[in-house]
Amino acid sequence: MITCEEVQERVPIPLAAESLSEERIAYLEKLVSQARTAAAVFTQFTQEDVDRIVKPMVLAGLEQAQHLARLAVEETRIGVMEDKVIKNMVATEFVYNYIKDKRTVGIIREFPERNLVEVAEPIGVIFSILPITNPTSTVLFKCILAIKTRNAVIFSPHPNAWRCCSEAVKIMYESALKHGAPEGVFACLESHTLQDNAYLMRHKDVGLIDATGGPGAVKAAYSSGKPALGVGPGNTPVYLEKTADLNTAVTDIVLSKTFDNGTICASEQTAVIDDEIYDLVLKKFADLGTHVCNEKEAELLARTVIDAKTGFMQPMAVGQKAADIARFAGLSVKPGTKLLIAPIRGVGRGHPLSVEKLFPVLAVYRAKSVDEALKVCVDVNHAGGLGHTAVIFSRNDEIIRRFGELMNAGRILVNSPGSVGAVGGVYNDLAPTFSFGCGTGGGNSTTDNVNIYHYLNIKRVARRIQAHMWFRVPNQIYFNMNAVENIRQFASRSTIIVTNPSMEQLGHVDLVRRYIPEGTHVHVSVIPDAEPEVKVVMQGVQELNFYKADQIIALGGGSVIDAAKIMKLKYESPEADLAELAAPFLDLRKRVIQYPTEKVNRARLIAISTTSGTGSEVTPFAVLTDKERGRKVTLADYSLTPDVAMVDPQFVMSMPKGLTADTGIDCLTHALEAAVSSYGSAYTDCNAMQAIRMVFKYLPIAYEQPRDEEARSMMHNAACIAAMAFSNASVGVNHALAHAFGARFGVAHGRANALMLPHVIAYNASVPTKFLPSPYQKGYIAHKKYATIADLLGLGGHTIEEKVKNLVAATEQLLDQLGFPRSIADLGISKEEFERAMPDLTKIAFDDPSWRSNPRMPLMSELAELFWKAYQGRGLAKVAGVPEQQTA
Amino acid sequence: MIAVWLKIDEERIVQALQEAGEKLDSVEGEVALDFSSVRRIDPSALSALEEFAGLADDKGVKVVLRGVNVGVYKVLKLVKLTSRFSFVS
Repeated sequence: MITCEEVQERVPIPLAAESLSEERIAYLEKLVSQARTAAAVFTQFTQEDVDRIVKPMVLAGLEQAQHLARLAVEETRIGVMEDKVIKNMVATEFVYNYIKDKRTVGIIREFPERNLVEVAEPIGVIFSILPITNPTSTVLFKCILAIKTRNAVIFSPHPNAWRCCSEAVKIMYESALKHGAPEGVFACLESHTLQDNAYLMRHKDVGLIDATGGPGAVKAAYSSGKPALGVGPGNTPVYLEKTADLNTAVTDIVLSKTFDNGTICASEQTAVIDDEIYDLVLKKFADLGTHVCNEKEAELLARTVIDAKTGFMQPMAVGQKAADIARFAGLSVKPGTKLLIAPIRGVGRGHPLSVEKLFPVLAVYRAKSVDEALKVCVDVNHAGGLGHTAVIFSRNDEIIRRFGELMNAGRILVNSPGSVGAVGGVYNDLAPTFSFGCGTGGGNSTTDNVNIYHYLNIKRVARRIQAHMWFRVPNQIYFNMNAVENIRQFASRSTIIVTNPSMEQLGHVDLVRRYIPEGTHVHVSVIPDAEPEVKVVMQGVQELNFYKADQIIALGGGSVIDAAKIMKLKYESPEADLAELAAPFLDLRKRVIQYPTEKVNRARLIAISTTSGTGSEVTPFAVLTDKERGRKVTLADYSLTPDVAMVDPQFVMSMPKGLTADTGIDCLTHALEAAVSSYGSAYTDCNAMQAIRMVFKYLPIAYEQPRDEEARSMMHNAACIAAMAFSNASVGVNHALAHAFGARFGVAHGRANALMLPHVIAYNASVPTKFLPSPYQKGYIAHKKYATIADLLGLGGHTIEEKVKNLVAATEQLLDQLGFPRSIADLGISKEEFERAMPDLTKIAFDDPSWRSNPRMPLMSELAELFWKAYQGRGLAKVAGVPEQQTA
Repeated sequence: MIAVWLKIDEERIVQALQEAGEKLDSVEGEVALDFSSVRRIDPSALSALEEFAGLADDKGVKVVLRGVNVGVYKVLKLVKLTSRFSFVS
């Protein structure tokens, strides 16, 4: 489709400006220089300064509205003088009403809840192309916008509207200048050529092109390489649905289509009318002084107003009166006929009147159904009006909704006239404008009614937010010897004890049963003593369902408690998809996959740990082996956290030495990693630090004297306390390395952690190669945290570096005391084998989510280096210089 | 070296710069213009400043602007005049 402007600019706008004379270039350069200076000076103006200039400009425009309208009609011979007066008044008064209280200088909007502030920055010099159809109103509108936003504008009027446009610019400029605007803030090209436009569009000091013109000018603007605002051609469909208020609809359409003789590109072009009301609507049109053409008249009309070769409207018809057009077409109509209505039977090239017609001719289509009506509206919309405007008259909300979804239009107007409605501020709350953005459908960058915000660079001052943090642990934790007795207080009809064979053999299951209140049905579900498999979990879920359990007691190490957590999840929410729930995430609060909140069953989970390491009784994690798919599934969500934790050392008194050491070091690793985690907080620090103290003091005793009740009790508590810390602060790179290495070489988790631990402390305490973004921390503090730990342990040292070194040494000493192998080589893994595994190890460690909260972001090469240090072992854990500026 | 120091009054920047331009013949080395009382600058002042910079250039005199507030400095930056002067606070 085509607009009037394009019809008149058939010669494509050349982008080359080589043909300009030196004098002309000097003239254009002077205009730009003046505008640039004015725009620069304008940056010093306050909101009050600007508003002081705008108001008198608006009044000047209102005062001259008739004068300018008359000039426009005389010069362009398009439109209706009286309507152009209204346009000029809307462009001043309505626009002012919209912008008067809006801030456009300095801080323009504040979002305290988001710690965001928007600040206005003017564009500078705007090069503005003006249309022939709405020449003076567009000038008034753009001048007011420019002053409100502290920009300078160079105007390029349509050649056939130069006099009226330059007069409008002059009126605005004089008023602006009189009230304090900088000299040179507006300029209007004298006797412009297309080469002038090309030169200015490419000028380095022009910040924005605002092209309110035909597609040729808009395309040239967008092709110039400059940011541009453009408008698109229209072809507005209007759907008259059978529930519409017909009097309103018909009046509005006549008003709209005859306003300024139909020159507003948002005006209705084809009315699609439901069959049931078609005849009545045409009668109402006729009653309002329109002429409804018969088939032959419609043909004559089409031949007159549409160019048969191009399929576009004839320029000579644009903005002419209906009676004059009828005369040209040889139709006999009553004097004073406002609008010519021509029935059409389709849309497209075979139906010439279905295109845009910027004059008072309206095509009408009789639709047999809503679907047909909507389809025809889509056809009209796509026949040259994409992104522009669409109108519907209806009382049926569902049909209005469908229409809104189907139309590709920046403005979808309901029960109001197209032309005046699209302008905004009269029939609706759209921003008043004389520049309709038509989105990508119309080849534009916006679908908005162009307004002050398009004349601004909006800067956002984003303050650092204090990220929300959390500390979530089970509601109830019972600890110390015989804590298990507290089971008594939990009423239950049906309880399932999830455990493994060794717990039965050790008599632990009987001990627990002793405290379950009488009358409770108890079933014991014994699962293999290994990391739980999907199959095992699903078997457990069947048992929970069979016994309609309302309480689950998990009695065992991490594997048993993890299995019970997942059984509970699947029991309560059978639809939960474990594979989906294991999807990776970076931030718990922003994760894509949400855990189910709707539950068909409810069961209390009491976790009784029988090892002193994983702390699973208080953590929100569970690991599952999916043998069918050959992978581990790690689930993490606070909904997995047991309801009640029981930390009773009587269940760990018989732990063998090796297990005591392995689980104890796992606990220490949890605490050390949580202590320096980027997710750490005062809430987790106190737990982590306390757990570290307890491990250093009691682990050697528990290891050497397994029956020492106090040591066992303290280590059992330490594991739980460390778990509370890492449940909320997460772990770090040590776990990422240990997971990869342990899985590849079949090394127990605690042992794998131990091999990495001294090296990771040294690594994290050194100046990071790469920092990891962390809104939770201020500055790099891992080395300070380690120093604090060293102080807590009484390790001595004067500087942070000394203290960190002492902590590394103390950790190594503890590992020696516990009889750990001190290098991977000591495990009998050959250097060649380790070397072969290295690419996989580093890749898997890097993919491991554990390090996401590590204070230091590991590079792949650094992971490899850490693996090699662990391979070689002792003496390689060296602190490579703590950050000096933060050294106490 | 004969240095000249001139206080610029916001109300008469153009005249002050014209007067300063007339004195340039007797200046060797540098001329310092004190802008500390200039709150805003307008297009005519900018033009005068540019002209003054040209004159000083011709005579090999360095122009130092003192006490230019950041708003005025941004204006000079936008019209690409900052490179013509030295700035001291």
